[in-house]
Parts: sequence; C-alpha cells; structure tokens
Amino acid sequence: MKKIFLSLIIYFISLSSSYSLIEVDITRGNLDPLPIAVSPLHVDIKSTAHEGVKVKDLGSNISSIIERNFKNTGLFNPLKKEAFVQKPDIAHLKPRFEDWRLIKAQALVTGKILVKDGKLKVEFRLWDLTAAKEMTALAFTTTPSNWRRVAHIISDKIYERLTGEEGYFDTRIIYVAESGPKDQRVKKLGIMDQDGANTKYLTLGNELVLTPRFNPTNQMVTYLSYFRNMPRVYLLDIETGVQEVVGNFPGMTFAPRFSPDGKKIIMSFAEDGNSDIYTMDLETRVVERITNHSSIDTSPSFSPDGKYIVFNSDRSGLQQIYVMRSDGSSVKRITFGKGIYGTPVWSPRGDLIAFTKVRKGRFYIGVMRTDGSGERLLTENFYQEAPSWSPNGRVLVFYRETKAGAKGEGFSASLWSIDITGYNERKLTTKTDASDPSWSSLLSK
Amino acid sequence: MTFNRNLKNIFLVVFTTLILSACSTAKKSGDMDGDVYTGKETVKYLASGVPDRVFFATNKSSLTTASRATLRKQATFLRKNKKLNVTIEGHADERGTREYNLALGERRANAARDYLMTYGISGKRISTISYGKEKPVNPASSALAWSQNRRSVTVKVD
Repeated sequence: MKKIFLSLIIYFISLSSSYSLIEVDITRGNLDPLPIAVSPLHVDIKSTAHEGVKVKDLGSNISSIIERNFKNTGLFNPLKKEAFVQKPDIAHLKPRFEDWRLIKAQALVTGKILVKDGKLKVEFRLWDLTAAKEMTALAFTTTPSNWRRVAHIISDKIYERLTGEEGYFDTRIIYVAESGPKDQRVKKLGIMDQDGANTKYLTLGNELVLTPRFNPTNQMVTYLSYFRNMPRVYLLDIETGVQEVVGNFPGMTFAPRFSPDGKKIIMSFAEDGNSDIYTMDLETRVVERITNHSSIDTSPSFSPDGKYIVFNSDRSGLQQIYVMRSDGSSVKRITFGKGIYGTPVWSPRGDLIAFTKVRKGRFYIGVMRTDGSGERLLTENFYQEAPSWSPNGRVLVFYRETKAGAKGEGFSASLWSIDITGYNERKLTTKTDASDPSWSSLLSK
Repeated sequence: MTFNRNLKNIFLVVFTTLILSACSTAKKSGDMDGDVYTGKETVKYLASGVPDRVFFATNKSSLTTASRATLRKQATFLRKNKKLNVTIEGHADERGTREYNLALGERRANAARDYLMTYGISGKRISTISYGKEKPVNPASSALAWSQNRRSVTVKVD
C-alpha cells in the first residue's frame, strides 16, 4: 500500500471555495437525491498503450465507478449518459450550463486523462450548474494500474465538496469469506475494495478465522484464528503477509480491536471460563488488565480520543452495554431498554455508538448517543450483527444470516450497509458468502 | 344478557388456552425441559452408558440435574481410565452475537470441567476450547436445533 501512496502525487490546480448554490444534506437520508451528471473523462489523443489497461475505455470506466459510488450513497442520482448534451472534452473546458440544466442536472463532473510514459495523468472538475461555475478541481498523477483508485479518490473529493463531510470511497473492507454447508463452514479472510472490486483472500481456509479488524492508522489487521486449534488473537500485515500471535496468553483471546492511535490491541481473554478485557501495547508488549469481574466482559471498542472504552457485559444477568474510562475505572451501564445488547462500536466521529440488539427473537442494528440516550433502531432481521463504521461515521456495514431449513439448507451470510439515518439499506456484492466486515480508513489520507 | 354470557364463555376459552400454552413451554415437551435438550438424538458415548455431552439453557452455563448425572458418569469413566486426557468443547446456539457466544462456550466448557474436578479428576487432564456458534451439530434454525447446539462435549485426546 505504501508504494501506492508514494506514487500518488496529488497537486491542486485550483480549489475554489466560493459560495455555491448546491449542497447535499446528508443528515436527512435519500428523500431527494441530487441529480448529477458524470461526463465520461476525455481520453487525450496523445495517450499511448499500457499493458493491462484498456486506455481507450479508461475515461468511461472511471466515470462509471464514480456514478456507482454516488448511486450507492443514496444521496445522489446520477443521470443517464444518453441524455448528455456535450462532448466530454468540450464540457471539461467550459460546460454550456443552460444545456445541462435542461436535463435537470444540478451538478456536473468532467475530466481528462492522459496515459503516457507509464503514467496516468488525471484532472477533473466539479461544476455547480445552478450557479454556473466551477466548484472544485483537482489534478494528479499515478500509475495506470491504479485507475480504480483514481475513480474512488475523485468520488471522495466530490462527496466532500457537496456534503461537507469526508468521503469513504477510497477504502477497503476486510471480512470473513464463507463457503460450504452450514455445519462444515470453511472461513477465510477476504479483502476487497469498498465497491466489491479487487477481492483477495489472505488465508487459505485451513483453520477457522473470525472477526478481522483494520488498524485505523495503517494496513495491519487483527483477527481471531484457530491455528493449531488454539483460538488466539493474531496480528497480520496485509502488505507482507507476516503474522504473529498477540501476547502470550495461556487461554483463548478473542474480540480484538485496535486503539484509535493504532498502537494497542484491546481484546478479551478467557481464564478458567471467565472473560475479561485486556490491552496489549504493540511496541512495548506490555499487557494490561482492564476489567476484573466474574461476568463475561467482551466486544470492547475505544472512543476515538482513546479516553473511554465501550464494552459488552452480562454482569446484570444478560448482555448489556457499559462505558468505562480507558484504565477500567468508572464503569457505567448505558443500555436499559428491553432486550439484550451486544457488539458496541464507537463512531469515528465520537458522537454515537452502534450496537446489535436482540429482542423477542429478532435482531436489530441501532445507534445511540454515548450515554445510551437517543436509541434508534435502523434495521430489523432474523439474524444480523457486528456493525462497523465507515471512516466518516455516516454508514454502517454489518452481516446477516438467513434462517436455515431442517438440513441447514437455505443458509447464507452476506454483508449489508445502511446509513445512520436508517435509509439506503443495501446488500454489498461479495464473491462468496461473507460475515464480520471491518471498514478501513481512507487509504489516501 | 345472552350476549354477555356468550362473551364470558369466549373469555373462559381464551383464558384456558393461554394457561395450556404456558404449561407446554414451561414443562417438558418432547425432548426439551424448558429449553434444555433432554433427548439422545445427537449424543455420542465415551464408553457404554457414558454420554459425551450435556446441554444448557439459553444464555446459561449452569448444569442441570441431568447434566450433573452425565458428568458423574464421565468422572467415573475417567477415574477408571487414568491415562486418558480429554478436551471439553463448549458451544452456543446461533441466536447470539459471535463474540459473546465465544465467551459463553468457554464458560460452558469450564462449568463441565469444574464439575469433573470436584469428582476428583485432575484439571491437568481436562483442557477446554470454545467454538461459540461456529460448529452447530444441527444446522437447522429451529428451537430443537438450538437446544442441541447449546452444549459441552467431552472428547478423548489421542
């Protein structure tokens, strides 16, 4: 990944922060998606061939990915290309605003690419059609094989300009890829781009693997592996493939997650049947015990400032959610609603906690404020759990399992996403059955 | 008046039905006691008359009277076979969150281990492992399957 960062030299040609008439209110859901026209990027005729890349189609391929990203947010309505009124190269120089307004577009994306000497030069502009002016523009150079990331980076820049929020398109999702019958599942670590492209498998499926989670600061992953039938938390570098056991615990460690600075892993350790929460500093290897209670304490997650930990405990009798200071002091229960609560995850924005709720045999994904107030259930299903936040704290990804018949037939596991508004519930495309998703930070940040 | 009497009869019928249905969930029905499995369908044997597994109620790790009887048979068997070591696998049904289920399976395996130890079996001979909801013995999504999956299984170590 580092290589890609280095080869991605971004420079601004102009960034107009002038007042514009269009904006997207992302707090409201998709009641009124913004009509946007994404013109295919013009391929400069001076472009030369590049191995493994269809240079001729690159402009329209990039614009298709941008369109799909926008459509998937539920906030934008990308218009059909057949209705477009100007050639890409001319529109990029100066659109005829009134013509684009005729097809009801409010925003227009134009761009140009040049593939030459093993480099891909990209520039794009975002136009406010109502105010008849340029909103933002950006140019950058990268290697041609990075063209999908180019599309995601452009998507992020436009999303940022139109919503005022950071984007989440140049990201990846790590998950557990599943296959085989329900009682003999084979599970591997899978990783893919946020839009389902570039799927790779990081383990072979020889041992059971569960709950992978990204380090928010780099390309490390922590997960649970049953390697040699000893369930332990592992650390995996997805650039090098090197992995190691975290700590030297005499029993099962599980439910790992990174601290927001990426320097610690927080997890549960089960000793004589009782699970408590521990942290391990990845540099000093110092292990700290955070909870010491005869109940099950698990699913810990740090607040983004690192000062608090939200976790799951059955100390009241059934699973509920608690918050404590990061040294384990001041433990406070925050859920008191009917039903049981699990898998709390602190939003990267710090304002909300996402969770799974089980009530009367139904499973819900919800969000609440960090003191437990303002609970909102976003989606109900037969079985779903384990929400993970998009890096901008606007979207949750989680997994669902279907009800199985008498022999386990009809069983499937799949990834879904939903806005924290409760709108835009969407199934993610994965090559196999999938569970336990974890969303990365922005790669180009 | 006639109308009222009829109404009363309807109430009586509804009321009796409620009581009956309440009984059927609280008491034994088929292979379940409450929601603890009591049947033999999935059970294997460590030796003749020594069942390999015990079953648990939803979210619980406490041993029932029947479970204790099974574990005492296992203890007797282990006392007779002094060189044999075992692993106790703890499992949960699919109706909980994955991470909590891993902890719950661990707690169930240890409940069985602790009981064997009170009957004189050395803790060194008994290891535990939790599989949470990962290895259902019955893959169906039904109350019966879930009760069969909430279990701890004693497995001989070669």
